[in-house]
Amino acid sequence: MAKRILLVEDEPHIVESLTFLLEKSGFEVSVEINGRQALNHALSAPPDALILDVMLPELDGYEVLRQLRDDARTAKLPILMLTAKGQREDREMAARCGADRFMTKPFANADLIAAVKELANVGQD
Amino acid sequence: MLSVNVLLAACIGYVILLFSIAFIVDRRTRKKPIGWLHSPVVYTLSISVYCTSWTFYGAVGSAARNGLEFITIYLGPTLVFVGWWWLLRKLVRIGRAHKITSIADLISSRYGKSPSLAVIVTVIAVIATTPYIALQLQSVTRSYQVIAGEADGITTAFWIAAGMALFTILFGTRNLDANERHHGVVAAIAVEAIVKLCALLAVGIFATYSVADGLGDIFDDVTIEAIRGSGDIFGPRWATLMFLSATAIICLPRQFQVTVVENIEERHLATASWLFPLYLFGMTLFIMPIALVGLDVMPAGSNPDLYVLTLPLAKQQNELVLLAFLGGFSSATSMVILAAIAVSTMVSNHIVMPVALRLIPASKEVSGDVRSLLLTSRRISIGLILALGFLYFYVSGGSDALAAIGLIAFVGVAQFLPSLLGGVFWRGATRAGAISGLLIGFVFWVYTLFLPSFGGDFILSADAIEYGLWGIEVLRPQALFGLTDMDPLVHAVVWSVGCNALAFILISGLTQNNALEHLQSTLFVDVFRSAGGAPSSFSNAAADSEDLFVLAQRILGAEPARKLFDEMAHAQGQEEGLPHATDTVIARLERELSGSIGAASAHAMVTRIAGRQTVGMTELIDIADETQQLIETSRQLSEKSEELQNTAKQLRIVNERLRTLDAQKDDFLSQVSHELRTPMTSIRSFSEILMNDPDISETDKARFVSIIQDESLRLTRLLDEILDISRLEAGMSQIKLLQMDANDAVQAALDTVSGMTRTAGVRVKTDLDEGPVDILVNDDRLRQVMINVLSNAVKYNTASEPEIFVRTKRVNNSVFIDIIDNGGGVPADVSGSIFDKFTRGAHEGNNNGAGLGLAISLAIMRAMNGNLTLEHMPDKTNFFRLSLENPTANL
Repeated sequence: MAKRILLVEDEPHIVESLTFLLEKSGFEVSVEINGRQALNHALSAPPDALILDVMLPELDGYEVLRQLRDDARTAKLPILMLTAKGQREDREMAARCGADRFMTKPFANADLIAAVKELANVGQD
Repeated sequence: MLSVNVLLAACIGYVILLFSIAFIVDRRTRKKPIGWLHSPVVYTLSISVYCTSWTFYGAVGSAARNGLEFITIYLGPTLVFVGWWWLLRKLVRIGRAHKITSIADLISSRYGKSPSLAVIVTVIAVIATTPYIALQLQSVTRSYQVIAGEADGITTAFWIAAGMALFTILFGTRNLDANERHHGVVAAIAVEAIVKLCALLAVGIFATYSVADGLGDIFDDVTIEAIRGSGDIFGPRWATLMFLSATAIICLPRQFQVTVVENIEERHLATASWLFPLYLFGMTLFIMPIALVGLDVMPAGSNPDLYVLTLPLAKQQNELVLLAFLGGFSSATSMVILAAIAVSTMVSNHIVMPVALRLIPASKEVSGDVRSLLLTSRRISIGLILALGFLYFYVSGGSDALAAIGLIAFVGVAQFLPSLLGGVFWRGATRAGAISGLLIGFVFWVYTLFLPSFGGDFILSADAIEYGLWGIEVLRPQALFGLTDMDPLVHAVVWSVGCNALAFILISGLTQNNALEHLQSTLFVDVFRSAGGAPSSFSNAAADSEDLFVLAQRILGAEPARKLFDEMAHAQGQEEGLPHATDTVIARLERELSGSIGAASAHAMVTRIAGRQTVGMTELIDIADETQQLIETSRQLSEKSEELQNTAKQLRIVNERLRTLDAQKDDFLSQVSHELRTPMTSIRSFSEILMNDPDISETDKARFVSIIQDESLRLTRLLDEILDISRLEAGMSQIKLLQMDANDAVQAALDTVSGMTRTAGVRVKTDLDEGPVDILVNDDRLRQVMINVLSNAVKYNTASEPEIFVRTKRVNNSVFIDIIDNGGGVPADVSGSIFDKFTRGAHEGNNNGAGLGLAISLAIMRAMNGNLTLEHMPDKTNFFRLSLENPTANL
């Protein structure tokens, strides 16, 4: 059974490329472009791994992350944060909020896929 | 026979010696205060300036003529020093406490610091000192004539006067001693005192044991009548002479100078009270024997005033003649120097300076000017005083006996006595009383004694002296108002001093003290009780510390002063209260005060209160100068500090702005980075897919390539916008402005977006003001702004029947272009930051723009002297307004 990935990203072209890549790698991909909806989606139907952008409408990525970690259902959900900023503070903020991995845009496709695979497997074990 | 050259050489050598002593002492006291000079013996010897050439030569003459009468001149001072030394102590205490510089200063201070009193006393002092100086000139001239032969007396006297003036100027005004003390002069005077005592004793011993055969031999041949003289011992003349000499030791300006002003320590008076009478005893011991031997040995008709010199001369004792001459010379010079210093101080302090200070323009604030003025005025005063002495000598013809001339001066200064004694013992004494007493006494003295002393050569004719002014008998100067058959001296004293005292007492009784007089009278009369009832001891330390504390409070402020004094009290091991005014405490305080008010002022103020030294005119002028400079400096400082504060404030503002700008720049860069990364992410991701994945369908491939192109265009557009806004904000974009019609501009912009509006189904309505609506703009740029705003209105309009309404209108000097949509305008959550860079509305699916559009539009409008604002309607919806200046509004 394919691992299910929830992709939270508001840039349509990035969503398109990531969906293409992940599906190619055998994942099942759901997409949310809004922070609040992403949070609800993840809580009601926790995926195997979550790819989370920081700059999102309504709720930003950090807030989504924090609330997911506060909830027992998603406390251990493997999460990869994506950000277009990449400064040290963002990295620290992501770690503090409980992200498992952190990647900066633009990224190498292979790195991203490897990271997601690792997260999804770790989460399974 | 002693040669003139030897005599002159001896004199010059002697003067050089004196000058060296004065010079060295002055130098040493400046480096290390006092030293061996701090001796009551030196103080006592300086008081012996009382013994002038009148004593040295005249006493013998007086003894030869009038027998023992001469002794009265020394009995008076002896009585004062032995029996009335407490009066002297009171004067010394007052002198220190009130920084008295002269007797004129004392009397004027006591009577409410009256300038007129100071002038009166100074004038009397000058006039009374004149015959006395003449007396010294006369005696030195005569003694010189005795040795050098009958040289021209007037010429000799002139050169002696000139020499003494020079000598005094060099001695007394070599530097301006701030506290009116002349350590060098006092030392020289002390040496002279020893010289004259030794000389007189030597001549006396020579006359008694070499010329005569001991005291027994001398007195055996003499009748008791010769010793008693013509005078009636303990008769009116004796009493008068003793009264006058007792008065003189207090009131003579030079005696006041050495006894009160030059006094270093109050307790020196205790030594002087027995040592000075002893000195007088030594000086008078051989007067009678010399006189008797002279009468016996010398040829008839020789001047008994010169026996001291002629006796050894007749016996060919050249060395003794030289010593005697130097003794007489010493007596004369010491008197002239001190009298000139004392009187010139009065003249310059009370007459010249008040006038000069009023005449000096305010701009001449430099202290040096005042100093040199003071110095000059002292020097000129000294010259004038000696010139007056010489003039008196010239006019009076130098014919009178020495003693008679001296007594004229004594009666003159005796006029000070009522005001002086009344001043320090009687609180009720008033200024009016002192002035009237002094004036009346002065008039009587001049009329009954001073003018007649010229023997009819000066103002009063011989006839007037003999028969009264204008022939009126009751106005006979020496038998005034029928008071005949009286010794002229007693007559003058009775009238002048009597009327003086009477007027002083009567007028004082009739007038009231004013506030200042009242204060001063209490301070003077109760000088030993002042400042908290300190016991009348020689130390007034307890009184000092309280005054010092008050002073410190005034200058340092209450709290710092309290802290300082507590600290000093603790250092002395006291639990509470004020520290004792020890030297350490005073020095410390002076240092602390120097920091606030400058060294000279601090010194003057502290020493004034501590009572260590008197403060002179110069110092007061210094204080005034320094205070003025301080005020000026502090004014400049406060201006500077205000300037600095302003600069600092401006710097703070600029710094604040720079910080904000810097933060904005960081923010901007971070946003730019973010905005660039987003399209870059897509481009990289898709290009990697295209590169690494050979199995992609052609459709996907085409789509991915088109996405890459889209994102590349987006990147380019973004970079263009960033560049554009940077240039606009930096003012680097040259926007050429042309006059055009706003209505035309609106139409052009609407034409451009017509395709877009049609596609979106947005209706466009306009309400254009009656044209032409002139504006000064750049056509393309204005269109750019309007298209931006219009396309936003189209994109973000969520109304069911979207509509855009554009209007132009003129308000005062402005032209408004309003772009209103029926979608409600900008949402409240972003309306505050709508013009910030990278701000986008929260509507979904509009991620194409970078959020720089409105920021650029605003920058463009500002560059065209206009503005772009979000205006609120009453119903809380809002719309965009482009405002521009109307260039023709004022035409």
